[in-house]
Amino acid sequence: MNFSIEIKNLKKKFRDFEAVGGITFNVEKGEVFGLLGPNGAGKTTTIRMITTLMPPTSGEIFVAGYDAKKYGATIRKYIGYVPQALSADSTLTGYENLLFVAKLLRLNKKEREERIDYILNMLNLKDAENRLIKEYSGGMIRRLEIGQAIIHRPEVLILDEPTVGLDPVARLNVWKVLETLRKETGLTILITTHYMEEAEAICGRIAIMNSGKIVAMGTPEELKLKTGNPDATLEDVFTFFTGNQLESGGSYRETSQLRKRIQRFS
Amino acid sequence: MKQVNYAKESKDSVKTKSPLKIILDYIFNSFTIAEMEVRKLRHDPTELLTRAVQPVLWLLIFGQAFSRIRAIPTGNVNYQTFMAPGILAQSMMFISIFYGLSIIWDKDQGILQKLIAMPVPRAAFVTGKAFGAGIRAISQVIIILFLSYLLGLNIKWSLLNIIMSIFTIILGAAFFSSLSMALAAIVKSRERFMGIGQVITMPLFFASNAIYPIQIMPHWLQIIAKINPLSYVVELLRGYLINGSISGTGFDWLILILATVVIQVISAVLYPHIVT
Repeated sequence: MNFSIEIKNLKKKFRDFEAVGGITFNVEKGEVFGLLGPNGAGKTTTIRMITTLMPPTSGEIFVAGYDAKKYGATIRKYIGYVPQALSADSTLTGYENLLFVAKLLRLNKKEREERIDYILNMLNLKDAENRLIKEYSGGMIRRLEIGQAIIHRPEVLILDEPTVGLDPVARLNVWKVLETLRKETGLTILITTHYMEEAEAICGRIAIMNSGKIVAMGTPEELKLKTGNPDATLEDVFTFFTGNQLESGGSYRETSQLRKRIQRFS
Repeated sequence: MKQVNYAKESKDSVKTKSPLKIILDYIFNSFTIAEMEVRKLRHDPTELLTRAVQPVLWLLIFGQAFSRIRAIPTGNVNYQTFMAPGILAQSMMFISIFYGLSIIWDKDQGILQKLIAMPVPRAAFVTGKAFGAGIRAISQVIIILFLSYLLGLNIKWSLLNIIMSIFTIILGAAFFSSLSMALAAIVKSRERFMGIGQVITMPLFFASNAIYPIQIMPHWLQIIAKINPLSYVVELLRGYLINGSISGTGFDWLILILATVVIQVISAVLYPHIVT
């Protein structure tokens, strides 16, 4: 079996609102797969179900070959998860944040120190290891969080809007880290984003989501071809498949959360 | 460095995770979470000083004023001595009852979502946090005892009794912080939680033997005071710090431990729902 994630007809209903309306897709081992869509398209809900934070209403999820219905606890071993909100603990240092996760995962002392050292070096955070996260920049925090998520060598890394609120340089650094990881470790990466350039820069394949459904899936090139316009940008692709402009404005709550996050990042 | 996949393990090995391994994971993870709580405190200890203000005011102002009335039967010690263990228990409770805020904060920050998506027994988060709250509360013992010494209160200065008081405070803090986490998991938002926290702290405090003995209460209040865990904490502390009695405290301990275990189970069940 060569799929890290298999999703079959996945649905999630909140009372009478259908957040995810029957989606099906597979993510191959070692692939970078992007879920692209505006806020409220159902990306985060999908991610939460894959990370076992939330049970689906119906449908099937397999991660690393395990059925999420039966083996939630096992699946958590195979995934590293970087949530949308800043999840590093701001009152601890960078080193302590990694130590915390490594200890929770019960790595022994030798392995722990090796992994932390390797990750800090790879992420270019070695010099900042003893500074509190409060003093980190947004890009540094994101990189550290990726470090936390891969400390136990997961098979799949799942990132929910990893570069929201980051400046272009920080964003580029996050992309570089993901690319390095994929090359060095063969990690499968599932990422959600509403940035076209992000999807184009790092994803091998993308699925465009709108109102809880997947409206198109393929490599960025394939999707461009389908529009019949060889010069199409991914923005055009999105408009072609959904009939909507890709706009990131969300509800009041989303907007206020986004602004808070940007404030913390800057 | 090459990726080593857990997927290469036999798929059956995970199904048969031994109960011993689960228990060990739970214990070690609880310690890790408590350790991080202590590390946070070490990075920013100002919190401990601000926490000292309230108990000091109670002992100095309220305590001095009430000792003049001499209306409260306090046995063979003066009123300030009588109330010192009560104020210690009270300040422990005030800190612990707002501890649930920290998990709402963790949730708002996204820390919780990440932790819950990790292969860690979820109950360990509640136990670890409760243990962390207990360790924080030790600072209150030091502050109150120091102040009692300055005021020349009639405290039994024996090492064993002080150590037993510290254990009592840790257990009390574990109980009230677990209660707080259960509430936080239910109300989910900071504003609502602050409201509820304020509503329950005062009744818990006044319906206990912290600043007056249960015997002087009206009958209905006596019943409430007797099921109030804070009363048991105060009774234990008074036993150790004033009467100096180590024996005959088994029942109070039993009640407190049982109450803590029950509320821990409840919070552990409710806790993961805070993210949904």
